[in-house]
Amino acid sequence: MTSIVPQEKSSESKKNLSEGEHEDFRLFGLIAFLIADGMTFAGFFAAYLTFKAVNPLAPDAIYELELPLPTLNTILLLVSSFTFHRAGKFLEKEEAKQCQKWLLITGALGVAFLISQMFEYFTLPFGLTDNLFASTFYALTGFHGLHVTLGSIMIMIIWWQTRVPNGRVNKENLFPFEAVELYWHFVDGIWVVLFIILYLL
Amino acid sequence: MPKMSAILTLASSLILGVGGVWIAYNVDMLPVSASTNAPVYDELYRVLFIIGSILFIGMTALVIYSLIQFRRRPGETGDGIDLEGNISLEIFWTAVPAIVVLFVGLYSYDIYDRMGGMQPLMHDQSGHMGNQAERVWGGIGSGPIETSSSNNSSSLPIELTAMQFAFIFHYPKGDIISGELHVPVGKEVSLKMESKDVIHAFWVPQFRLKQDVIPGQPTILNFTPTKAGNFPIVCAELCGPYHGGMRSNVIVDEQEDFDTWIRENSKETI
Amino acid sequence: MTVSLKPNNSTPEKLQPTGWLKYLSFSLDHKVIGLQYLVCGFLFYLIGGSLAGAIRVELTSPLSDFMPREVYNQVLTLHGTIMIFLWIVPVVNGAFGNYLIPFYVGARDMAFPRLNAVAFWLIPPSGLMLITSYFINGAAQSGWTAYPPLSITTPAAGQIIWILSVLLLGGSSIFGGINFIATIIKLRRPGLKLMQLPMYCWAMLGTSILVVLSTPVLAGTLILLSFDIVAHTGFFNPSLGGNVIVYQHLFWFYSHPAVYIMVLPAFGLVSEILPIHSRKPLFGYTTMVFSIMGIVVLGLVVWAHHMFTSGTPPWMRLFFTIATAFIAVPTGIKFFNWVATLWGGKISLNSAMLFSCGFIINFVLGGITGVALAQVPFDIHVHDTYFVVAHFHYIVYGGSVFVIFSSIYHWFPKFTGKMLNENLGRFHFILTFIGFNLCFAPQHWLGLNGMPRRVAEYDPQFQLINQISSVGALLMALSTLPFLWNVFQSILYGHDAGDNPWNALTPEWLTSSPPPVENWDGEAPLVLEPYGYGNKNLNKTQEQNK
Repeated sequence: MTSIVPQEKSSESKKNLSEGEHEDFRLFGLIAFLIADGMTFAGFFAAYLTFKAVNPLAPDAIYELELPLPTLNTILLLVSSFTFHRAGKFLEKEEAKQCQKWLLITGALGVAFLISQMFEYFTLPFGLTDNLFASTFYALTGFHGLHVTLGSIMIMIIWWQTRVPNGRVNKENLFPFEAVELYWHFVDGIWVVLFIILYLL
Repeated sequence: MPKMSAILTLASSLILGVGGVWIAYNVDMLPVSASTNAPVYDELYRVLFIIGSILFIGMTALVIYSLIQFRRRPGETGDGIDLEGNISLEIFWTAVPAIVVLFVGLYSYDIYDRMGGMQPLMHDQSGHMGNQAERVWGGIGSGPIETSSSNNSSSLPIELTAMQFAFIFHYPKGDIISGELHVPVGKEVSLKMESKDVIHAFWVPQFRLKQDVIPGQPTILNFTPTKAGNFPIVCAELCGPYHGGMRSNVIVDEQEDFDTWIRENSKETI
Repeated sequence: MTVSLKPNNSTPEKLQPTGWLKYLSFSLDHKVIGLQYLVCGFLFYLIGGSLAGAIRVELTSPLSDFMPREVYNQVLTLHGTIMIFLWIVPVVNGAFGNYLIPFYVGARDMAFPRLNAVAFWLIPPSGLMLITSYFINGAAQSGWTAYPPLSITTPAAGQIIWILSVLLLGGSSIFGGINFIATIIKLRRPGLKLMQLPMYCWAMLGTSILVVLSTPVLAGTLILLSFDIVAHTGFFNPSLGGNVIVYQHLFWFYSHPAVYIMVLPAFGLVSEILPIHSRKPLFGYTTMVFSIMGIVVLGLVVWAHHMFTSGTPPWMRLFFTIATAFIAVPTGIKFFNWVATLWGGKISLNSAMLFSCGFIINFVLGGITGVALAQVPFDIHVHDTYFVVAHFHYIVYGGSVFVIFSSIYHWFPKFTGKMLNENLGRFHFILTFIGFNLCFAPQHWLGLNGMPRRVAEYDPQFQLINQISSVGALLMALSTLPFLWNVFQSILYGHDAGDNPWNALTPEWLTSSPPPVENWDGEAPLVLEPYGYGNKNLNKTQEQNK
């Protein structure tokens, strides 16, 4: 479901941009979509917090999550937001090579996050169906991981499209880049909330 | 002319008001009331019925009157009056419903309190010796309907287990298991309810009480029957194919008959 | 004030099929998509109506003798799901929204035409999937609410298909919502202020906000529920330590606003129809706008009134009682304003007007029982009974469906360029109004006296009232016939309507009927006073423009 909208938007973009009007309502639509997507996460968070408040686990089932790996993950994502932003700066300056380099770094950080997340999954002592906490943990991180996966794929597409001379994304057609960047910052922001609620609280 | 219409408005509102009250007191749509809770409920019901009738009849009359009075006569062309709003009128019909709604809300709070809804939910059953109070998730506690005698210890504890598709009642005193609920008249009953499989709901229309029976989350329902007789217990939450057939009875006996029933069925007769 | 300006936004692609074939294609034209929604929704209405008929036949006798009990539960689940997700929501939002909103904001199409087409084309497959699930192992049988643990313990195949199709329909609804918000906020023609938009735009803006904020929560919840069914997690499964009440909270966080998603657009449509046929400006435009936004805000914080008999703590019951009751205030304002709109008008009592006035009367009753149901002590007795069934049918049928019919009578000349037959229309109204009230009014009594909802068998003392109710349902079913006949013969042999048969001022009437692909052949008109009836100066300008 998530992937349809940005692609739809980008196919719209060609038509509307050539008219040179209403440039920003596609971004507006994307923001509305991200609000909707954020509400899905909000539902999950609300469910998790309620479970935690009213269905406490038996003492022997409680497992303290290790912090180093998720902290590393947080740093990876935060840095990737920064590198994405940097790539955007170069795109505006029409320095495609630099832009592509920073995009590649961003994508690599996204993939690194996913690998690290996978590693955490394999080292955790509980499985999806062990208890309410375990299920919610996997549902939340998994749903977020799905977003990161889609984001990474879209970053790679953007990376391919910013190539010179044949790429379609450039200073004149900035929307696909902006859309993916906004989406990536959103995924990043969700992770920060998730990290605080799931690991720190 | 304005005087005339003012008098007419006043007269019709008066008729409307009296009519609403008359309807609410003469159209009886509720079953027999058979618990201390029921008369309290009926009080609220009547107030809501009065307000509802006045509003419904008034609005319907206004719509029909407008359609007749302001209908387009044959051969008539042109538009109606150019009237886009009237601030004082709009403030009036914002304020009046707000006041009515606030009144109804506060009144139903009072009713709810009298039903015992605001009581802290506790279930201290006599047989329960653990120092950690058992958690109850929701329901209706024992309220101030009965003033002095409403002491939790004086209430009759019964455990209800609901399953597809039956209600099973367990009396800790005497260890009786029954498919029907036997209770004495005039004594407070404290039902502790839990479900084995899916969500059910315990409903006795004549008591005006309903509470979901939820798996994994015990709830409580306190009530005091006031009328001897045989009333239906209905499951009110879709619970599977035989949901409609999931019915039982509550048999409200006089105290002596109830004691006899307990004695006859009790397992600890020795 | 009608001034014309040059067209301002892009032209939709012209490489589209023409003729009737375009209605079966992936068309980008908002008018085609609107009619696709309407016809598709109506077909599902006929299916959902047949299911309702089956329910009413079963209930003519107190025994479960017409169909197997499992099938009865599947039928009531499908009836609820189809009527809500495939008929009312798509039609009051998708059909009329897509057709009218671009006209009202002075645009040539929606903001995202492709997204729009995708949103529509999600509906038929998910609807068919839902219905075919009946033939594969049986459809879902836990009601449209799908409360766990019942939904976890009933056969999984039907329930999973149900979840999938509701997810797709939710996606469709979110895409539509985003599109409407973007169209109304961003695609407005220059010079047109928000407070000059026709009321339906405001209703759709409010509805779309609700859709975008609440539907994703339902999607997330259903994903968790499907995990419980397929992967045996325990989110909502108490035997695995889960909490069934959390599901109810999350479910009603969507499904209460869903009621406003079904009625707010209907409010908007009525606000368009009443002024035109009573030749008067809409009374209290500003208060109408604020009351819509008030309903949106309040609508998001009242969901737990569906859970008064579940294990909700007393403070929560109280908060939700007060919040819910207060929705009556903005809703009441709208009703008083509509009556004031009729007052002093020159009312043509045609079919559109009859259905709109029928809506007002029905909805007032539904609203009154709604305020009563908001009161915890009252609700504790009648929750999950036929009283509630009566209440919400007064809201969604007496409310939304009456408005849908009213809108069809009103906009049919715009859709097709032909008039519907008024006599058949009035006959349709009388049958529907009598049938509807005969069917649902007695159900209030049933609920108060002890008949729970969703039952195939019941206490024999309720048989007579149930039979009366079934007769009403039969009348409602019959009332569809004159309507269908009317539509078919009007399309084929109807009188030509002309461009503006109602002599209306709203922008969709200021073009030919049916409108050209890009809505206006020339420049888009700037309508600053869509409700300026009775305004002498305005009428003069109109005359000059002609």
